[in-house]
Amino acid sequence: MTTAKSASAGLARKNNLFITVMLAPSIILVLIFAYYPVLRGIPMAFQKYSVWDLYNTPFIGLDNFRALFKKAEFLKALPNTLKWVVFSLIGQLLLGFTMAMFLRRPFRGRGVYQGAVFFPWAVSGFLIGVLWRWLYNGSYGVFNDLLIRLSAVDPAKPIGFLSNKNYALWSCIAANIWYGIAFFAIMIQAALQGVPEDLYEAAEVDGAGKVPQFFNITLPFIKPVLLLTVLLRVLWIFNFADMIYALTRGGPGGASEIMTSYQLNLVMFGNDYGLAGAMGVVLTVFMGAFTIIYLTVSRYNSNSQEV
Amino acid sequence: MSTQTAGMRRRPSYLLYMAVRGLFLALMLIIIVFPFYWLLVSSFKPSKEIFSMPITYWPKTFTLDNYQAIFRLGNFGRYFWNSTWVSITGSALAVASALMAAYVLARFKFRMRKYVIGLFFMTQMLPAFVGLIPMYGMLSWAHMIDWLPTLAIINMAGLIPFTVITLSGFFEGVPVSIEEAALIDGAGRFRTLLLVVLPTMLPGISAVFIFGFVQAWNNLFAPVLYMNRDSNYTIPVALNAMVLKNNIKWAELSAGSVVAILPTIIMFGFVQKYVAAGLTAGAVKG
Repeated sequence: MTTAKSASAGLARKNNLFITVMLAPSIILVLIFAYYPVLRGIPMAFQKYSVWDLYNTPFIGLDNFRALFKKAEFLKALPNTLKWVVFSLIGQLLLGFTMAMFLRRPFRGRGVYQGAVFFPWAVSGFLIGVLWRWLYNGSYGVFNDLLIRLSAVDPAKPIGFLSNKNYALWSCIAANIWYGIAFFAIMIQAALQGVPEDLYEAAEVDGAGKVPQFFNITLPFIKPVLLLTVLLRVLWIFNFADMIYALTRGGPGGASEIMTSYQLNLVMFGNDYGLAGAMGVVLTVFMGAFTIIYLTVSRYNSNSQEV
Repeated sequence: MSTQTAGMRRRPSYLLYMAVRGLFLALMLIIIVFPFYWLLVSSFKPSKEIFSMPITYWPKTFTLDNYQAIFRLGNFGRYFWNSTWVSITGSALAVASALMAAYVLARFKFRMRKYVIGLFFMTQMLPAFVGLIPMYGMLSWAHMIDWLPTLAIINMAGLIPFTVITLSGFFEGVPVSIEEAALIDGAGRFRTLLLVVLPTMLPGISAVFIFGFVQAWNNLFAPVLYMNRDSNYTIPVALNAMVLKNNIKWAELSAGSVVAILPTIIMFGFVQKYVAAGLTAGAVKG
């Protein structure tokens, strides 16, 4: 370490060691518990993998996929997933956006109000699903009771929000919208805080109305955050089978089955892991497509400081 | 500006706006809070009242029977302890390990940095349920099935990516100059991190910890699949078992749900303002 060059090389080596040691625990755990199981699931998709015969798992090519694509639940899950994602998203976005706009200017009790509407976020999707299943119940649920009190429903014929195959998916979507409003409200409100107030003042002086102000100032300004929030949210809703699991478990007869809830059913109650694996591969492809879109739209900002 | 606002306030359109706003916010508040009100109120009703029509929005008979049933006859005390233990340990370990990684990612430029960030970030895109069965195989190979610390480790690993991404955002908000001063004074990197940088980030760190605690506390599918013995159940597993029965005992289930929800709500109350910041940081950082 006599020359400056070897000193800096020594420092670089010391830094590299430090970096490696600091990163190792997190990276190793994530590789073992997040990546390995998912990657290990892929070959299972091409194997005969029955719970009854776990020691005999020959490779059977695409048979699992052929079987999967013939399942009625799977075929129903495709359009259901689309409806689930699109309508949940639209509902959450519109109500969340409206709420954020109304919460933009401070008023007395705003903090408490935000706390109250943020409430559902501390609760798991499973529990929310259980709770809504109760609210939707035909014989002692709140919604039917209210409708009966309003004489909108005949007490002898309560609405089967979850048991009627025409309503089941929409009932799940309604519960999901309820769950996600606060998320959008909070994200959008945070973005709205960043819009400089003087832009509105200038527009006011120019005599621009509230609606043009919204489209010319507010919307363009929060567009990046909005776009990212929506994309994150699409992935999240797509993956959010917990609530359906608790509400209907995909029923009746697959009427409210989405792709991830079907996967969950195969994992929790099925006995064909090969089929579950094939479903996993299909999901991975879907998620991958979303990911590519997401990464194209968002860019890492890698302006880190160096010590 | 002030005269203008005063003028604006007298306009009928402004009054209409205020009315619509008040109505919307009030309605949303009722819609969002009501299900929780319903749960809480029902947990104090006797089972008979829950199943009788017309339903009651305030208990006719007030009782603590449901809570007694789950704690005395059931094993909820044990589940509560298990949940608490695996959530605190899992989240604390995740924060500790993520702090190290996040610090390096925020402060050093190195060749693999982009890929390491990508590695953490991409976990959010993995289809969540695909790994459940292979994970079972892996855990049973390691003799970790039906062993409570397994849940703490799974929680820890699951929380690391989000925690790393969020914490590295926090680190970037801490000025480098503080560290440089300490480093020049001869303190080692690790000591500098521990004694100089971390104290300034304490509010953010506790927010991330609580966020992780809540996630771990709510974890359902891992304990359902990997814990078999009743003495290893967490609260969500117990609730799941109640839901899977043919005739659900809503009275006991509502009491159990209140017990499940209460700690997370209390903890979330403390960090509410940070959660928004954290979510935004996570989204923008990508």
